[in-house]
This record gives sequence, C-alpha cells and structure tokens, in this order.
Amino acid sequence: MVNVVNELNISSNPHVRDKMTTNRIMLLVVVSLLPACGFGVYHFGVRALLHILFTTAACVITEYLYQYFMKKPITVTDLSAVVTGLLLAMNLPAYAPLWIGAVGGVFAILVVKQFFGGLGQNFMNPALAARCFLLISFSKSMTNFFDGQSGATPLATLKAGESVDTFKMVIGTTEGTIGETSVIAILVGAVILLFFGIIELAIPASYIISFVIFMILFGGNGFLGGLDVQYITAHLAGGGLMLGAWFMATDYVTSPITPRGKIVYGVLLGILTGLFRIFGNSAEGVSYAIIFGNLLVPLIEKATLPKPFGKGGEKR
Amino acid sequence: MSVFTFHGGVHPYDGKELSKDKPIQPITPVRDLVYPISQHIGAPAVPVVKKGDTVLVGQLIAEAGGFVSAPVYASVSGTVKAIEPHLIPGGSKCNSIVIENDGEYKEVEYEMPRPLEEQSREEILEAVKKAGIVGMGGAGFPAHVKLSPKEPKKIDYVIANCAECEPYLTSDYRRMLEEPEKLIGGMRAVLKLFEHAKGILAVEDNKVDCALVLEKLLKGDKDIEVKVLKTKYPQGSERQLIYAATGRAINSSMLPADAGCVVHNVDTMCAIHQAVTEGKPLMSRIVTVTGRAIENPVNFLVRLGTSHMDLIEAAGGLKGEPEKIISGGPMMGIPLFDLEVPVVKTSSAILCMDRDEAAEFEPSACINCGRCVDVCPGRVIPSRLAKFASNGDKESFEKWNGMECCECGCCSYVCPAKRHLTQSIKTMRKQILADRKKPKPAPAPAEEKK
Repeated sequence: MVNVVNELNISSNPHVRDKMTTNRIMLLVVVSLLPACGFGVYHFGVRALLHILFTTAACVITEYLYQYFMKKPITVTDLSAVVTGLLLAMNLPAYAPLWIGAVGGVFAILVVKQFFGGLGQNFMNPALAARCFLLISFSKSMTNFFDGQSGATPLATLKAGESVDTFKMVIGTTEGTIGETSVIAILVGAVILLFFGIIELAIPASYIISFVIFMILFGGNGFLGGLDVQYITAHLAGGGLMLGAWFMATDYVTSPITPRGKIVYGVLLGILTGLFRIFGNSAEGVSYAIIFGNLLVPLIEKATLPKPFGKGGEKR
Repeated sequence: MSVFTFHGGVHPYDGKELSKDKPIQPITPVRDLVYPISQHIGAPAVPVVKKGDTVLVGQLIAEAGGFVSAPVYASVSGTVKAIEPHLIPGGSKCNSIVIENDGEYKEVEYEMPRPLEEQSREEILEAVKKAGIVGMGGAGFPAHVKLSPKEPKKIDYVIANCAECEPYLTSDYRRMLEEPEKLIGGMRAVLKLFEHAKGILAVEDNKVDCALVLEKLLKGDKDIEVKVLKTKYPQGSERQLIYAATGRAINSSMLPADAGCVVHNVDTMCAIHQAVTEGKPLMSRIVTVTGRAIENPVNFLVRLGTSHMDLIEAAGGLKGEPEKIISGGPMMGIPLFDLEVPVVKTSSAILCMDRDEAAEFEPSACINCGRCVDVCPGRVIPSRLAKFASNGDKESFEKWNGMECCECGCCSYVCPAKRHLTQSIKTMRKQILADRKKPKPAPAPAEEKK
C-alpha cells in the first residue's frame, strides 16, 4: 500500500472533467460542414472536390511546417486547420483556378492564425480573412462563377433589379461559391452544431433577425417601401448569409465570449451586412461584415461584461 | 420566492450509487487519534491537556481561542501521547493532540440540558458554542458565530443545506434517511433563536426519498418547509442555495445574514440537536468512503481524530491502482499524498479514484468557446480571469470581477481545452486577499530639502 500511496496523483480541484474536448468540437464542426461541401461537389462537380482537398491540405501542411520549423508543439491533430481549410474552400467559386485555394490556405494559417500566436489568438476568422485577401488580390478569378466567363449570382441579379427563383436558391442549384448555395445543406449542418451544443442560437438568430429588420426598413422598394417577402427571402437565401451566420459568425475565437456581447455582435453583423449589400458596390457583404465585426469584439466584450451574481445586492 | 435552481452549474457523473444504499455503520479506530487544534476558520483552539494526561470520551482537550474559534473534545478515552505538529487533510501541518486509545471508551458525564422548550436563546447559543460545532459541510465556520448575527430579528429564513451536490457523497443522504428527526430537531433549536424566521430544508431532486421522509415527519408543521431543488452542481454552495430557496442573491462580500438567511449543513444541524438535547459535544461525524478504487464503498460514523488509513482499511482496502485519493468530493475536495491524516470536523468523504475516474489531461490553447462562462454560477468570465491570473495582472483580474469566484470548479470541469482555470483563479484570489490583509506600506519619508 505504501508504494501505491507514493504514486498518488496530486492536483488542484476539480478532479473530474467533462468528456468534451477541443478535438471533438472541431470534429463535429467538420461533420456539420460536410452536407454543404457534399452538395457543392454534387452541384459543381469534381472541380469543387479538388478545391476542397487542395485548400484543406494547404492549411494542414502550412500549420505543420510552421510548427515544425518554429519548434513548437505540433497541433494539427486538433483539426482546427481542417475546419479553416473547409470553410475557405466553401468560400471559393468552383471555376476559380485550383492554386488559389492553396494561396488562401497559406495566408489563412500562416499570416492570420500562426503569426498572431496560433489557435485561439487570431483576431480575425482565418478563412474569411483569406477570402477577403483573395477577393482583393485576384478579384477576377474570385468572381468567376461560370466556366470561362464571369456569371451572375442570384444576389447580383437581384441587385440589378431582376427577379430570382427563391425555390432554387433554397435548394442550392444556383451560382455562387462552393459551399454557400444550398440553404438546406447549411441548415442541416447548423442543426448538428446546435444539437451537440457546439454553437448557441444567440449570434445566428440576432444576426438573421436584425438583417431581416434592416431589409424591411431599407431594402427592395427603398426606405419603408413596404414588405416584399420574396425579396427578403431571396436575400436570406442568397450569397454567404446562411454560411456566414451559422459557421463564420459563430467562430469561437473571433466572437464575443460575453452572453450579451453575442447579441450585440449578431445585431452589428446584421446591420453591416444590410449596409454593404444595399449601399455598397458589391452584391455581397457577409464576409466584410464579419471581418469588421471581428475587429470590434474586444470592445463589445468590455462593454457587455456580465453583472456578477449578487452584485449590487443591498446590504441589510 | 424560491426559484429552485440558479444560473450556470454542471451535471458531472454523480457516483452516488456506489454508497447510497449502505447504512451508516460505526467504525472502531485502530491507530492513535489525532486532534488538530485548528479544524475551523478562526483562531486555533488552545490545548488544556498535557502529555501523559488521561482523558475520557467527551472531555475538553482544547478550548476555544477566541470568539471566532471552537473547542475540541476527545472522542476516545486514553492517554495524551504527544502534542505535536501533524499532517492534516489540507496538506499542511497543524499542532495536534495525539491520544492513545485505551479501547474502553469511558465517557464523561454530560450535563443534561433543560428541555428545548424551556431553553432561552442564550442557553442554546452557549450549548452550541460549548459543543465545538463548526460548519461540517466543508467550510468549518464556527456555528455559534453564524447563529449570532447583528440583528437576529431580521433573519427570515433558516436553511438546512441538504443539497449534497458534490458527486459521490452520500453522508447527508444517509443521515436524512436514517435520522431525519435529528435534522429536524436541530432546525427547531435554531429556529428558536430567530423569532421571525421560517425553516427550509433544501433537498435536491435526486434525493426525493429523503424529501418524502422529511415531509412526512413535518406534516402540519407551519414553521418548517421542505423545498425540492433541481439537481445541479454547485446547488449546495451557500450563495446558490440561498438564491434557489429564497430568490435572494448575495455577492462575495456579503454574508447570508445580509439576505436574512442562516444556512447550516445537515450534519451541523444534527450536531446542534445533540448539543442542545443531550449536552454532548461534537465528537463524531459521518464520512463516505467511496470511489472505484475502494473495495467496499460505505458510510461510516467516525470518531473525530480517526486516521484516514483506518477508514480505508475498514472499507476493505484499496483495489486496483488508485490514481487519486481525495478528502471530500471530486469537484472541491483536496487530494491527499499521505493517508496518515485524521478525520476532522470538516471531512465529509474519502474518495479513492482509479485512473479512469480521475483522468488527467494536458491543457491546450483556449479557443474562447465560452463554456466556462455558461456554467459559472458567479457569472464571471473564467477563461479571461485565468489569463489575467497567469499574467499576474491583478488590476484587470479585479476589474473583471475575479473576486466573485466561489472556486466551485465548474469552469475547469467543462473546459474542452482542459485548462486549469479554477486553479489559476484560486491562486490569484489568494494573492489578492493576502495583499489586502497586509498593512499598507508606510508613506516614503519625505526627501530632505537641501
């Protein structure tokens, strides 16, 4: 018995831990992204699959090489680089050149994530930052939605004042980036995330609701131009809104940790997306809205620090 | 207004099935008995015996060292072998009275108190004070101090903490099932001190059988009510319990009395009952010996001062490879590195965990997931506080309400990156509290003008 006692483990409480791990969270996120990725491959063909593979591989390899050469612990098995790779690939048009995802992947992991300290330290969503980087650097390739020529996405059509088929948009058989077209596939993934408690409703719900309110006020027929259900549905189903609201805005690292902050952040994203879509030059606005929102997170957190339990209670 | 639960909290595996059906059984100490003079918060007790003295069961061996202090009584008869520093469950050494047990258990004659109905406030308080009763749920705050708030008339509720929210622990559960009348008796005695107060027995809903037993005994009683609260850790934390039972919230700088409440643990109530009806001091308590690394999990009625080793042997010894042996429960208990430590007034359990139960993990980077925020009953941001703590940033730590942490361990429990959040925050809180106690440095002497 004495020997046994000498081998006793001494550590601070608590002595039991929950089963959820970072690795498991990332795995569940990957699983929840698969329906949308799968639909992208089905809809856009093998090219989409190649984009997904290239981009993900670029992210994982970049992370591995950086950590290897910087003599840091290798953490690629936590799957966070896979999540970044998948998200970035889903934000690429299928007809963009295949090398573009690799360039974006290196930028996302090296510049946005590792240079700022690795997992948990980046102040912008790596996938979105890389997408914006690619949009600015290779704008022609990044808006190449048709084979060989620049095509019109539903949102661009809508912006031009023409009508769109909202049913097709919900199913996803429209033009757009690989992972953003199918609302149904994205929602299946969102349900998985909600079911396993990976994300909460706070950010997506406040984002979508505030966006709808903004569109009712300013969209379609101009300020207070009346409620146009078809127009608003098209805006909800079109572009990166669903993908952004459920998978990008909910990114743990770059969203507020405070409960009230999550709502503020969601509302801010809704308003920014509306502003960019209606008053901006581009038909899209989700990526820039979220990136901009990311920058304001520390400020939002400070302003929404929760009131501790019993604070302000009167001494009797 | 009761809300039956609180914000935050976790649901760890409760492990109570290991020992919940084991009736309380007395245990005979084998080794020498060790009585630390400090088993409570406050001034250490002062020994009144010396080496070589013979003592009887129930004899005073150390008297209270002040108002916030508690006396210590012998729980066996025998000879004082030494008064020397001895290891206690907390891991430090404390001056202790060591008694060699003569195995005869000769008892002193107790002064029989008058019937409870005839006793005055002062008599009850004096009996509790004399009996050396402290908070037996773990805090060890002298009970008579808790029972003497500045304005007794402003106490609206006396709450018996029957939550026993720590996983694995079943001592309160067995006590409520086997001796519910003692708990109720203790409650009646305490209620006599506060003319406007109502009694609440706050039980978690995983112990409905206890609630039914208590309700049956209390049928028709208008002063005491059984409240069944939702099962969640840390429901038994004083602030969370008060909130769930009464809807009143207090922060870290307030006392339960500020919310018109007095809270006592089940075992404490039973000790109070014993003191006011039999005149007997606190000499024993119930200890759950459990975990997967123990042969026969059991609930023992233990004479204070008995070695942890005796308890483990009496429970059939260890089996397999114990990974961790903990004094208390898995959420807030203290790991032991030596089993030759005595059972003290605040020891509620010995938990022997095997490798699977006490899994250890390598911490990884915080991913800001916010799970610690969701479960924090104090509504602070544990991940940030831990970061401030490891950076030594006291200012930010206090600004982000770090002092409101109750060290319940929920944040570490739930953290997917397995970070030691509670540990970091605890360490920082200790430092800040120590800083506050330090006298302010004297102002620098003014420079002499040339």
